[in-house]
Amino acid sequence: MSRAARIGLFLAVVGAAGMLPVFLSSFRLFQFTQVCVYAIALMGLNLLTGYNGQISLGHGAFYAVGAYTSAIMMDRWGIAYGWTVPAAGLVCFVAGFLFGRPALRLEGLYLALATFSLALAVPQILKYFEHWTGGSQGIVLSKPQAPWGLRLTEDQWLYLVSLAVTAVMFLFAVNLVRGRVGRAMVAIRDNPVAAQAMGVDLALVKSLTFGVSAAYTGVAGALSAVAIAYVAPDSFNVFLSITFLIGIVIGGLASIWGNLFGALFIQFVPNWAQDISKAAPWAIFGIFLIGFMYVMPDGVAGAVRRLWIRLRSRRVSQKLGDDAVPSEAHPSTPQGHRRTT
Amino acid sequence: MEVFLQQVVSGLATGGIYASLALALVMIYQATDVVNFAQGEMAMFATYLTWSMLNAGVPYWGAFLATLIIAFVGGVLIQRLVIRPVENAPILTIVIVTLGLLVICNSVAGWIWSYVQKPFPSPFPSRPLRLGAIVFGAHDLGEIGVTLLTLLLLFLFFRYTPLGLAMRAAAQNPMSSRLVGIRVSRMLALGWGLAAVFGAVAGMMVAPILTLEPNMMGGIQIYAFAAATLGGFTSPLGAVVGGLLVGIVENLVGTYVSFIGTELKLTVALAMIIVVLLVRPSGLFGRVHVRRV
Repeated sequence: MSRAARIGLFLAVVGAAGMLPVFLSSFRLFQFTQVCVYAIALMGLNLLTGYNGQISLGHGAFYAVGAYTSAIMMDRWGIAYGWTVPAAGLVCFVAGFLFGRPALRLEGLYLALATFSLALAVPQILKYFEHWTGGSQGIVLSKPQAPWGLRLTEDQWLYLVSLAVTAVMFLFAVNLVRGRVGRAMVAIRDNPVAAQAMGVDLALVKSLTFGVSAAYTGVAGALSAVAIAYVAPDSFNVFLSITFLIGIVIGGLASIWGNLFGALFIQFVPNWAQDISKAAPWAIFGIFLIGFMYVMPDGVAGAVRRLWIRLRSRRVSQKLGDDAVPSEAHPSTPQGHRRTT
Repeated sequence: MEVFLQQVVSGLATGGIYASLALALVMIYQATDVVNFAQGEMAMFATYLTWSMLNAGVPYWGAFLATLIIAFVGGVLIQRLVIRPVENAPILTIVIVTLGLLVICNSVAGWIWSYVQKPFPSPFPSRPLRLGAIVFGAHDLGEIGVTLLTLLLLFLFFRYTPLGLAMRAAAQNPMSSRLVGIRVSRMLALGWGLAAVFGAVAGMMVAPILTLEPNMMGGIQIYAFAAATLGGFTSPLGAVVGGLLVGIVENLVGTYVSFIGTELKLTVALAMIIVVLLVRPSGLFGRVHVRRV
């Protein structure tokens, strides 16, 4: 796709999304705010797992840190949400970077294990520091009003804020991934030894990626705290981390725009499935997880990418004759380490 | 002193449960380089099957044995149907598949049996046993006994039976095993079946204490991970020793370190995992991997 077409598509999507408050009820807008929030969180996890190959099953922890940072700042210190969201991002960046340094020594499975255990332990830790976190009761916040006398309800304003933040984070992520750092990340994922031999600073890039990924998820957590106006430990359990993983698998590993699909999936599918049975959402998630790994391992984004390539190569071959069909464009899907015997 | 001994014994009892689940994890890891994140949930599902049988009037040990058989078959089926298609895929794929299993087991159990906590009977008498000034719960001792018995049977199986030898060979060197005529993929399926059996034993031993509910095994699973990490993922003996150590440490830390108490127990397990992975990633008994470039 040409650059102009890409920019046009981006603006069209953002513009269309920005029109939604006109048509949708308060509750639906709230759901779409959550979609934006999840999209940011998924972008974070995708940067780490899809582009850099570090499997994290504990991103719910960073989401919780972001949410609680924002909640504590708003509740205890009366700071406006406009400042708490970037602050939460910064706090999570540092937390992620600090976690990323020892994580350097953990490869693939062991990192998954350590982060899984982190995710399992988070609600307990949150309940323990009752003085700060309000324990099991959590912290209740109030939704902010639209500023400057704009005639918008709180939900509409929060939605537009979340949309704006999502758009900015999206652009930042795309820029990161297309640049030198992004190529270093992918190189480390595909072949760490070769990457090191080519001069990539493994430790720095991996830790930075962890930090940036945590920052994204922290910003998402902070936004969700503002939007829901309530934080409680039990909502940050291990199933949240697994939900994020589902989101990036459905959307597509190593894709930034695919996370939008993932976010729509994890927000709306449980709602539909709940009508069937209380237990159905998770059963459906599980089946989708396994099914996607068999059928569409690179997610929706990957399937679209492959379709696009096939359409383009057919057009080109029609123009230039059959000799000139280009080989499959270099897909940036994760290869990982193939198992031997 | 009595408190100490008491805590050590109950630590050994819970450690036996962690050892069982950790053994299941290690068995699968040794053969396939895969950590089965769904092991705890499969164990919970098996325990629910026992509960249904007990509710229908089947005597305890009959239900126990029947569950072990069903768990074995279930493990084999899961390996054949769910895991084998993605056997040679990258690690992330297999992690995701086992997480999918975890989620499905958990939600199906909740759907069939609801999320209400159910009491689960213990096969051991409720009278505590006295040894001098120390009181032991009969269930604790019974747990240790069951764990030791299953371990002994497993040891005898692997050491002295041809099938056990074949399984060990398939885990250690699949290519050479194929050359001597061992059906490696069948051994893998058997390995999953046996692991499911161990998980079921762990589940049935812990259910009387924790009361049966779909999220029962979550905490146990993290302890089993800690145990397998501490002992080394490539060593079954390490899994057992690690399990017992984790159980003892958990109890002693909970008793003697006041600010941890019972609320931060999972954090202790997490800390153990991270410390072991940083200091000695291969665990106490595991093989150290040296990667040459």
